Amino acid sequence: MLRYALLRLLGAIPTLLLVIVLAFLMVHAAPGGPFDAERALPPEIEANIARAYHLDEPLHRQFLRYVSGVVRGDLGPSYRYRDHTVGELIASAFPLSLKLGAMAMALAIVVGVVAGTVAALRQGSGVDRLVMALAMTGISIPVFVIAPVLVLFLAVKLQWLPAGWSGNAHGVRLLLPVISLALPQIAYIARLTRASMIDVLASDFVRTARAQGLGTFAIVRYHALKPAMLPVLSYMGPAIAAILTGSVVVEEIFGIPGLGQFFIRGALNRDYTLVLGIIVFYATLVILLNLIVDILYGVIDPRIRQR
Amino acid sequence: MTATSATWRKARKNRVVVGSGGVLLLLVVMALLGPLISPHGYLDTDFGRILHAPTATELQLFGTDDLGRDLFVRTMLGIQVTLLVAVVASIVSLAIGVLYGAVAGYVGGRVDAVMMRLVDTLYALPFIFFVILLMVVFERNFLLIFIAIGAINWLDMARIVRGQTLSLREREFVEAARLMGASTPRIILRHIAPNLIGVVVVYVTLTIPQAILVESFLSFLGLGIQEPRTSLGALVDAGVNHMEGAAWMLLIPAALLALILLCFNFLGDGLRDVFDSRHKS
Repeated sequence: MLRYALLRLLGAIPTLLLVIVLAFLMVHAAPGGPFDAERALPPEIEANIARAYHLDEPLHRQFLRYVSGVVRGDLGPSYRYRDHTVGELIASAFPLSLKLGAMAMALAIVVGVVAGTVAALRQGSGVDRLVMALAMTGISIPVFVIAPVLVLFLAVKLQWLPAGWSGNAHGVRLLLPVISLALPQIAYIARLTRASMIDVLASDFVRTARAQGLGTFAIVRYHALKPAMLPVLSYMGPAIAAILTGSVVVEEIFGIPGLGQFFIRGALNRDYTLVLGIIVFYATLVILLNLIVDILYGVIDPRIRQR
Repeated sequence: MTATSATWRKARKNRVVVGSGGVLLLLVVMALLGPLISPHGYLDTDFGRILHAPTATELQLFGTDDLGRDLFVRTMLGIQVTLLVAVVASIVSLAIGVLYGAVAGYVGGRVDAVMMRLVDTLYALPFIFFVILLMVVFERNFLLIFIAIGAINWLDMARIVRGQTLSLREREFVEAARLMGASTPRIILRHIAPNLIGVVVVYVTLTIPQAILVESFLSFLGLGIQEPRTSLGALVDAGVNHMEGAAWMLLIPAALLALILLCFNFLGDGLRDVFDSRHKS
């Protein structure tokens, strides 16, 4: 098991290197330097700035410098937020995004699995069709449509929930952002759960369990749930990526000062080092979480480990 | 040929396919004709009618925006742009995906293993952030949007086409072609590719909503289609800024975007059922 995990970890290194190369080249292919927008400076000062940020070195030198920095956990200085390193900015903004994402993921898994299981148990019934129609709607409607419409009805018109963000990350203020972020994932997970649960419920060991006189709840709880969760588990990778993407929009709409907002601000301000750093950070996060999902998959399903 | 026409007959009987396809057709016709019928231009500002609610007088069915521009015309143009981007981006991803998948599946062996390992690797990347970076680094133009969106959506297509090709490769007619001395490119283009059309059609209808999502996501963040041009995503973005006083600015484009995405997803699902049942029989 440990060997399997280590092998997978080694396999993740080239992927991460690919990310860094791609992002680094894109940033450096940008026409013009990062400080061009400001008023014309004397050439000596420009040369000084270039030297301070190592922009006067050849590209491969800069790249090696960057990679060795990443290995040490140093993502360099921000071009726009002077006196701050990219690492500090990420460290200050990420906890809030993590909280938001984790809550959305938990909500999505719980609601999605329950809805999908209920639909599978009542296959073909009105409940099933309702759940599937809602799931299709949830998959189709993007987060940036769901979130403002929820705000418009629940916060502006009915005034049940607060719309804005006032600095504290507690209770009801997180409710709308978390729901908006979770809805599409609830829909995907419900569909996946329903499909695999229907397969599992038709299998021999479930029939045996039923013949032994077990109730529906016990069959699902003790026999069907674990094998039916495998497709859902393998969807966790894409789900994590989708929640990261969605959090950019949700943070923008609700004015939450998380990492997604920093990313968009950085992008619009052409703060290349910040954008590059956040991409490297996100990619590392996604790759590591995918790795954890893979290893969990091996823990739950021993057949995977043999290969 | 008969198999194809039989499939189409079945598709025409499928209520989901006909319903969602019909709604989409209606929207396309409306988006193309709407701007011609309306007396307003999409750039005409009228500062006497800022943020007017939808009304039937003067055909301002969707109201006006914060510059007094007619939102019916702008929304119709937004639908045009959104659909255009989605279709072109899907063609880009189709071309890359089909070629890549067919080569991997047909050549097989070590080449296949390496090519599919690359697809797996790319799957794990948060692509959308690269697209955002691309939009920031380079000038925002139409062509770049097409290519960027197309380039991130080809992975699914490549996987599906590879799977199909693997099974087609072993079929008698391919073996016959090989025995008659046909070259590998010829077999892939003349014998494998035509047999992939069914699967490809289904997955293109499922790729289009993905492309729409990316385009409107970028436009919503202000990184996609730029003023004075517009798309449904850009209209939703403008609507968010005015939702307290002018809810129609948000609700109309949001509803149309959702409707289009829903229709494409239903169409794709329906077509998949039609093609699958043919495979089963």
